[in-house]
Amino acid sequence: MNSPDIAGSPGPAKLYEANQTVHNKRIDGPFRRFKWAVMVATLAVYYITPWIRWDRGPYAPDQAVLIDVANRRFYMFGIEIWPHEFYFVAGLLIMAAIGLFLVTTAVGRAWCGYACPQTVWTDLFQHVDRFVDGDRNARTRLDAAPWTWGKVARRGAKWTIYLFIAFWTGGAWIMYFADAPTLTVDFWTGQAAPVAYITVAILTLTTFVLGGFMREQVCVYMCPWPRIQSAMMDEKSLLVTYKDWRGEPRGSLKKARKTPGEFGDCIDCMQCVQVCPTGIDIREGPQIGCITCALCIDACDKVMADIGRPRGLIDYATLEDCKAEAAGEPPRPVWKTLLRPRTIAYSLIWGGIGLALLFALGNRTHADISVSQDRNPPFMLMSDGSIRNSYTLKLRNMQSNPRAMEIALDGPSGAVMWTDTIGSDDAARAQVVEVAADQTLTVRAYVRAPADTNSREITFHITTLDEERETDSGTIRFATPGDTE
Amino acid sequence: MANERPDSKRVDQATGTEFVGHEWDGIEELDTPMPRWWVLTFYATIIWAIVYVVLYPAWPMIEKGTEGVLGWTSRGQLAQEMSVADQAQTTFREQLARVPIERLPDDSVLMQRAVAGGAAAFKVNCVQCHGSGAAGSQTLGYPNLSDDDWLWGGDLRAIEYTLVHGIREQGTEGTRTGAMPAFEGLLDAAQLGAVTDHVLSLSGKAKANPAGAEVYAAQCAVCHGANGEGDRAQGSPNLSDAIWLYGSSREQVMQQILNPRMGMMPSWQKRLDPVTIKMLAAYVHSLGGGEDFIEVAQDPETQVDEQP
Repeated sequence: MNSPDIAGSPGPAKLYEANQTVHNKRIDGPFRRFKWAVMVATLAVYYITPWIRWDRGPYAPDQAVLIDVANRRFYMFGIEIWPHEFYFVAGLLIMAAIGLFLVTTAVGRAWCGYACPQTVWTDLFQHVDRFVDGDRNARTRLDAAPWTWGKVARRGAKWTIYLFIAFWTGGAWIMYFADAPTLTVDFWTGQAAPVAYITVAILTLTTFVLGGFMREQVCVYMCPWPRIQSAMMDEKSLLVTYKDWRGEPRGSLKKARKTPGEFGDCIDCMQCVQVCPTGIDIREGPQIGCITCALCIDACDKVMADIGRPRGLIDYATLEDCKAEAAGEPPRPVWKTLLRPRTIAYSLIWGGIGLALLFALGNRTHADISVSQDRNPPFMLMSDGSIRNSYTLKLRNMQSNPRAMEIALDGPSGAVMWTDTIGSDDAARAQVVEVAADQTLTVRAYVRAPADTNSREITFHITTLDEERETDSGTIRFATPGDTE
Repeated sequence: MANERPDSKRVDQATGTEFVGHEWDGIEELDTPMPRWWVLTFYATIIWAIVYVVLYPAWPMIEKGTEGVLGWTSRGQLAQEMSVADQAQTTFREQLARVPIERLPDDSVLMQRAVAGGAAAFKVNCVQCHGSGAAGSQTLGYPNLSDDDWLWGGDLRAIEYTLVHGIREQGTEGTRTGAMPAFEGLLDAAQLGAVTDHVLSLSGKAKANPAGAEVYAAQCAVCHGANGEGDRAQGSPNLSDAIWLYGSSREQVMQQILNPRMGMMPSWQKRLDPVTIKMLAAYVHSLGGGEDFIEVAQDPETQVDEQP
């Protein structure tokens, strides 16, 4: 932030600081190239993922990643998650959070600097600025210029590109929630659901505003993550640091030539400030505006190379290393910085949750039964003196093919069962029903037992009649006239 | 605060805002204007309110409120939504009207929808007597519809007939009729005791009573059958099973012989349309005691209901 000097400025003091647009200068270097690579990779993942196909047979969608809200299914490649298995999603989110903690502890705000969508889109929009209006100086000039037709045309062109990018951001988002090719056709022929248009409109607006105009202000004023991060960093976390013991006092090349030995390595060329996408001066020390994108390192290294001084005046370094380096001690090796109890603990937790999820995934069954007793009335006396109870069974087939399931009774002696589709003439200890692919079948089951039956509990066992022979069971009360409850 | 008015022209140097003129121990209040977006939003709500009052019912008057130029009413909207819901059911109701009730079980989807519709209609029309679980009431003498004992028959056709024509409904043609005579004064105490014991013995609740059997054969077997198996044609209950409409204790049975209670059920053809009655029959049949048809009607097409 270029904070104006309140005390020194003429006129009434300003209590509110108006935002100053950041026009960051073009820079090339290893970190800039890395940022390019991350940008291409993340945008590619975002835009291409919904178009990947994945064959699940005739009864399930063939989109690799699909959040099917209407049918309450979540598909992710070979995994299909039902609502009652949402803990897998919760586990993945927890892993993502702990992964973020781990990265922050080890390498500081790497997420902020390279992979955060706000960073990626801001970067993209800043490239649009550069493409339409030119580099830093041209943009600053144009900003200050009066509104001529030429400026209107340039602004119009730039904002049109903004809108185009914003629209495609929203347009790609909705593809995760429906079959992408179908939705694309529906969208452009006006056939898609209103929620699709509304979502695209909202995301277009937010992308346009957050990426086009608010940019670094989102990181500085709105985002909670920079605040939370400071709790995870310590003197061993990597930060983009200006090595003030080496740079200070600053002096131009000319001054340094006049009085050698009086000035530090920093020649006060302001390159580090000019390339910064959030407009901060890294030489003021670590601050909330620094997203550690390391573009200032690229800029400073280039200048140092030009004037023949060693690189790394601004560099990724831990506070501990800085202290050691200032005192003239050798820096600790990088692996020692990365491998410390805190990072190891995060890694273990992260890996533990991951293994637990994999274990749960490998052990889950694709056939379930849940049983509830119909309690109005709790039991029914039949004309031959026997007792009938009725139950609502929910049979869940989580495979994408229809399956036959056998329901077998256990409990009351002499009990037989029939259902709403299998007549009482065919009453037996076990019945077979067909459950459609990827569906839950509700069965109303009637169980009749002699009045002197021995059990007050009944268990329904299901077995799938296929190669897997998966089983599950549910136990519930068998009510009789003798019950006093 | 008129006396403080002259002060209000003073301007605060730091902010350029006028003072209001209020001062407390050296702390003064500034006349900071509301943010412009707030003021504009406020004006927008005023315009919105005026437009709303013109378009929609808003202003309460003595007799009724203003109606608004759009003519919108919540009652009208309900009627519209109900009619949309009815429209959505038209196809299903037409299908159901076309299918004779004997053929209903063949179409499991239609049957399921009929049962669901019947369950809804049951909760409106039937629960008052038969209870929300259709288990009836022995104290009040309302039959249990969930068991497998039927006074007048428990296949779909018989249930539908009972619903349409009612039981002992005066003035309804075809209503189910059957009467148990009161034996008060016709049997002496010994005969009454004996025949009660005999009736109870039919379902194993008492020891055989030869004297009672003689009375039974003379007085009761005509309607209830030689072995107490009952007769559905006249609604005579089966006396040999475990189910007793008015109770199975000796006193209750004796009371029923002396001064019999006989329930009645209204005929529903005047109150409900044929399709709803069909759905009710399907629901009652589905409660667990529904019987299969002994023989399917020869020409079910003649039974088609014209009205959906």
